[in-house]
Formats: sequence, structure tokens, C-alpha cells
Amino acid sequence: MTDTFLLDGEDVPFAPGQSVLQAALAAGRYIPHLCYHPEFKPHGSCKVCTVKVGERTAASCTLPAQPGLEIASDCEEMHELRHTLVQMLFAEGNHFCPSCEKSGNCALQALGSDLGVMTAGFRHFFPDRPVDASHPDILLDFNRCILCELCVRASCEVDGKCVFALSGRGIDKHLVVNAASGKLVDTDIALTDKAMEVCPVGVILRKRVGFAVPIGARRYDQRPISAQALDDAPRPPSGDGRCAACEE
Amino acid sequence: MAAPEQNKIRVATTSLAGCFGCHMSLLDIDERLFTLLEHVEFDRTPLTDIKHCGPCDVGLVEGGICNAENVHVLREFRKNCKILVAVGACAVTGGLPAQRNHLDLADCLREVYVTEISLASGMIPNDPELPLPLDKVRPLHEVVKVDYFLPGCPPSADTIWKFLTDLLAGRTPRLGPELIRYD
Repeated sequence: MTDTFLLDGEDVPFAPGQSVLQAALAAGRYIPHLCYHPEFKPHGSCKVCTVKVGERTAASCTLPAQPGLEIASDCEEMHELRHTLVQMLFAEGNHFCPSCEKSGNCALQALGSDLGVMTAGFRHFFPDRPVDASHPDILLDFNRCILCELCVRASCEVDGKCVFALSGRGIDKHLVVNAASGKLVDTDIALTDKAMEVCPVGVILRKRVGFAVPIGARRYDQRPISAQALDDAPRPPSGDGRCAACEE
Repeated sequence: MAAPEQNKIRVATTSLAGCFGCHMSLLDIDERLFTLLEHVEFDRTPLTDIKHCGPCDVGLVEGGICNAENVHVLREFRKNCKILVAVGACAVTGGLPAQRNHLDLADCLREVYVTEISLASGMIPNDPELPLPLDKVRPLHEVVKVDYFLPGCPPSADTIWKFLTDLLAGRTPRLGPELIRYD
């Protein structure tokens, strides 16, 4: 018998070692999330995937699934919390969507749209974050960084290069490039690196390919991120795990 | 000036630190304008050329706040409009004009009016009639209370239409993800 937990009153099955978020996505149940990526160890930093566990709250990406858990995600309190978190991310950085190459393919933007965020609400920080255009093929625009650490994780865990890191504490935390000069050109990053693929916003950009996909045909133009995330979630194979052709 | 028609919703519009793109998008509702005009009457707006805003039901404000005049106009709108709407990326976030916010204002003015290469003998304009620029460009909600926000650069005609028809029908405007765009 498969173990299950309750998500918004419905049973969700899970495999040993799965988090609540992983199990929910695999079962076709969407919990909004931002810094989680199915290929990487959960980080739990953005808190967008926060759910209610009894009277407490927890990030569902780092919460191990256990039998009998009672989780509330699709409720007013969690909606408001996620809405506010996304508003704060917009207010903290310089997210000028109309000129951003990532627009239409940006997870933060798609999440805001899906959560009904009409305004950042708070006073905008308008931080001063110079771009790093030192590399001949890659542009870094720190204005859009949301500190999800996906590039840090990809560069260390997959590429084995540790090109990126987060530095500073609290409000001073920021993305840095791991070179004596602090410039991307002095690292061994390559266009084929995993770190080039994972940025959910428009920080790490390949030069000279911007705006290649027209408005209307971009990733989140057709379907909201809630639908897209379920498509992307790893699932157990639907077949019986055997290949008829091989067994003939 | 003709007396306000009874039972029509009175609407004022203005563009502050904007490009009039949002007004163009309003006009992009095309033939639906005729339906709109059955229900609304325009007060101050570039479309009527009325210079000051009287008591209104709805104020649609495009553009952010980049100078002292913008602040005065916005306050006039807030004072006179029962419902104030920030229309478009610049009104909601500061938008394109706010891209100067990480630069020193005096440096900006020198670059544009004095040191720019095509200027032989430039000077920073100082006519007393010119409104003074603000140190930073601000979205509307940092200056007055804003009731509704319509993001987008510009918000599409369909977004504006859905918003206005909801409002005219007395409903709280609700836009789905397909109409909430930030670009």
C-alpha cells in the first residue's frame, strides 16, 4: 500500500524521500513555487511554496512527505502570503519587464500574473546594480536577481565550476562571480553549462539572441505557470516499465 | 461647457511621465468606444482638452511621477476622482522613466543638455515655467492612494475593456492571468 498525506482534503500518494512539493506535483497537484527546480536539491529560500501544516507553516519543497500529514495550500491565508512574497521580490529588484529579454519566459513574471499581482505595492527600492557585460557571449544583469541560488547550485553540482555564489547577509545579500576580478570573463563558464539554463528570471543571458521568440509564442504566453509546472514535473512512467520491442 | 449628463459615469484621464501608449491602447478598444460612450462622459483628458479635473467617478492615470507638475496633477486627480486607477507599467512601477533612478539627476541633465556630442553650446534649461524634475521617478502609489492597478506596457485593449466593463457594471474588476501582463 502506498503512503499518502492530505493536501487540501485530498489524498496524495508519495514515494519515500519525496518532499510534499515533489509528491504534489507528481500527482498533478500544483503548489506555487519559484526557487525549486526538479533537477536540484531543494533550497527553501523563496518561501513561495509555503503551505499550512496544522497550525504551522513550512516550505513544501523542503518538507519531507509523511503519512498522515494534513496540508493546506489552496487557501486564502497561503494565497495572500505568496502574493506578498512575489510583491516584495518585485519591489526589491529592478524588474522592468517591458525591456527584459526574459519577458514571457520568466518564472517570476508568470507567477505574478498567475497569482493576480497587479502592483508591487511596497515602496520600490530602485537598487543600483551595475550589469556585468565583460564576457563576450554572456550578459549578467543583476538587477533582476531574486537570490534563488539555482545558478549557484547548477554551477557547483552539475558543471563542477562554482562560478556563482551568494555573498552578504540579509538585505545586503547579492549574487557574486567567483573570480578575483569579480568579472564573468575571468571564469571558465561556457554557453553549454547547466548554469546557463536555470535562471528563472533574466539575470544570466546569452548575448545576441534576445527577443528571438515573438510575443504570443513565448513559454508563458499560452499557458499560465500553474499549468506549465505540472507538465514539467517528473512523474513515474505511465507504462509498466517494460519495453515490448525489447522483449519480443 | 455643457452641463454633465445625468447618469453617466464621469471619467478623467491624464498622462504624467508616460508616452501616451496607454491612451493609444484605450483607443484600441476600437468600436467598443461607442458602447463605452453610452455609459461614460469624459472630463479632463487629452481627448477633450479640458485642462483641470472636476469631480469624477473614475480617474485613469498613465505614467509615473518624474517632476513637480506630475505631483500636482496626480493630487488633483486624487482629490476629484472617487476611483483612481494606475494604468500601465510606468504608473504602476515607475517604468521606463524610472530607469534613471540609479543615476545622479545632475549627471543626467548634463549628459542630455551639455556634454552630449551633438550639442555645440548646450545649457540645462532653467525657464521658471518648467517643472522641476524629482530626484527619483516614483510609481503613483508612492505619492497618493491608488485604488486599482492595471500593469502592462501598455495594458492591452482587452485588459482595459475588461477592467472598465467590470467597473461600470459595479463589480470588483477581476483579470485572469491572460490579461495580467507586465510587458
